Amino acid sequence: MTLLRLEQVTRTVRIPDAEPLHILRGIDLEVEVGDHVSIVGRSGSGKSTLLNLLGLLDEPTSGRLVFDEIPLERMRSGQRDRRRGRDVGFIFQQFNLLGGRTALENVMTPLLYAGPAQFWRRRRLAAEMLDRVGLGSRLDSLPTQLSGGEQQRVAIARALVRGPRLILADEPTGALDVETGERVMALLDQVAEDSGAALITITHDPNVAALARRHYRLDQGILTPSGAEVRLEPALAAPTSAAAPALAPPVAPLAGPSTSGEVL
Amino acid sequence: MRLLTSIAAALVEAWGELRVSRLRVMLSLIGVAVAVAALTAVTALGAIAEQSLREQQERFGGRPALLSLQPTNSAGEAADSALTTAAFDAAAERYGITHTSRTIMDQTLVQLPTGETPVQFQAFDADYVTMHRLAIREGRWFTDGDAERFAPAVVINRDLWQMLGEPDLSTHPHFPLSGVQPTTAVVIGVTGDDCQGGCPTMNLLYDDYQRVGFTPMDYGPDSYVPQPTYEAWVPPSQAKELMKRLDSSISASLGDGWQTNISRNDYAAYLDGDPLLPVKLGVGGVAGLVLLLGALGLVNISLVTVKYRVREIGIRRSFGATAGRVFFGVMMESVVATVVAGLIGVALAVAVMKSPLVSMMMSTPVQDLPPFPISAAIVGLVSATAVGALAGLVPALVAVRVKPIDAIRL
Repeated sequence: MTLLRLEQVTRTVRIPDAEPLHILRGIDLEVEVGDHVSIVGRSGSGKSTLLNLLGLLDEPTSGRLVFDEIPLERMRSGQRDRRRGRDVGFIFQQFNLLGGRTALENVMTPLLYAGPAQFWRRRRLAAEMLDRVGLGSRLDSLPTQLSGGEQQRVAIARALVRGPRLILADEPTGALDVETGERVMALLDQVAEDSGAALITITHDPNVAALARRHYRLDQGILTPSGAEVRLEPALAAPTSAAAPALAPPVAPLAGPSTSGEVL
Repeated sequence: MRLLTSIAAALVEAWGELRVSRLRVMLSLIGVAVAVAALTAVTALGAIAEQSLREQQERFGGRPALLSLQPTNSAGEAADSALTTAAFDAAAERYGITHTSRTIMDQTLVQLPTGETPVQFQAFDADYVTMHRLAIREGRWFTDGDAERFAPAVVINRDLWQMLGEPDLSTHPHFPLSGVQPTTAVVIGVTGDDCQGGCPTMNLLYDDYQRVGFTPMDYGPDSYVPQPTYEAWVPPSQAKELMKRLDSSISASLGDGWQTNISRNDYAAYLDGDPLLPVKLGVGGVAGLVLLLGALGLVNISLVTVKYRVREIGIRRSFGATAGRVFFGVMMESVVATVVAGLIGVALAVAVMKSPLVSMMMSTPVQDLPPFPISAAIVGLVSATAVGALAGLVPALVAVRVKPIDAIRL
């Protein structure tokens, strides 16, 4: 089932006293439910602009973007925001945890914008999700008390707590060392697979991109499939779903106990 | 249920932000609380100062509207006292005037421990005390029952009290009064009036004054002989009408050739509009300036933190926060903080106003201390809330306009 479809999408920015800047040109992309797609591109290739479009944060200049069979132009601003909150989970390079708030409070934050069923149970849902990513014992830790890997795991829990159908990961390992990055990606891949969400990873790191099932390259605003060109590092070359349990902390079912105190 | 959830969630969000940004909130709170406290306290002080000024004016000329009557005829003779009193009382009863008094001022010689001393006195009926807001330093003023006493009750000033040797009032200090019917005066109260020991005065009830029949002082052949004045305290709105009616009623009772001079001497008779308007405007101006300074402080703090706020709001937008929700949330944070600050400010102002320091600061004690100005507190709170909303508006507008991904990357 198609979750997201881009048809000949362009994004152009008008700059005063200069030629219009064509950031994205004729993008075609189709993402299925449960899919795992990687998009690789150098800085300035248009990755962030594409992320804005995929996350319903921006509108294309031309072309069509269809989310869950509903064209973007038929969604009003508020509807788009609510759909983004319900169906899209963001993971950022710099984690973007809210300062001064504990891991539990960070994960509870998206539930403030959810419906009554999730809002009134937000504490339990957030605790369960943190437990799933192996941070059941760090609920009350502030971001400053967590390692980089732990912070990204909190960010993953936060992105997944509302049960999104699409996870957008923007350079998820960019701020982590290689080993921690591998573990975090394995965890993200497995949690996404468990929840049935589609995962789009935007990165410039071929190793991270290699974990996806489908691969794309974004170059000067043009998106092309690039599966065969991705160079794999040995540690990440194994099939992702098989490698994940060995790299990630054991993932417990919802409400299950945490079994890992390992620092990522 | 969804609306309730949204409101609850916005409150939770606002409270979380307040809790996390303690330092910023504290700074905001201090600025606004001090501003609201100053606004409320200045307004309350203004109300007390206004009341103090009014009371001083009322002591001098009586409470509005105070009518002074004196019957005269073409020959300039004094009207018969008993006849005039009867006519005055009858007229007062007819027109429902509840507070009336006769009054006269003169001087007499009094035998004091220091020797025979001329003492200025004023005689009046018990209502006069209320009508002129007479203050007392120690003891009490007259009551209607004092007219029944064999020994006239007197209230003396501080100078006379010192001449008597500063006696304790509980010992019922007394001194002789000479006149047609010599008697002994018993001191029941001491006023704060004095002129550094040089002008002893006393007050006594008009009935006692008549009973004693003070020996007139010899002022010389052409000296003015004091005549009693009749005073009536009436509602200001009816003053003009009652002046006419009292004149015709009393003049008719006294017979042909008599007329009644009636005048108003209270401060309100000489002023058009609100006599205290300049004071009120001055106080209001100062209060407004104080609040403006508090508001500027709060806006300043909000502006300083705008960058941090924009990034955080961008993150929240990525979680599905709508523009309206972000706007409402940021507003709530600011408004919740300023309402709390406003409440603290009002509490602070009440504490200051209720402290004895304020009474000590007044040169003349205020009899009817005005209640704490609720309107000032409400104005302070509403202003604080408005200031909070305005201060929250700037980051909220910026956050809503910036694209979330750009905001996150700030």
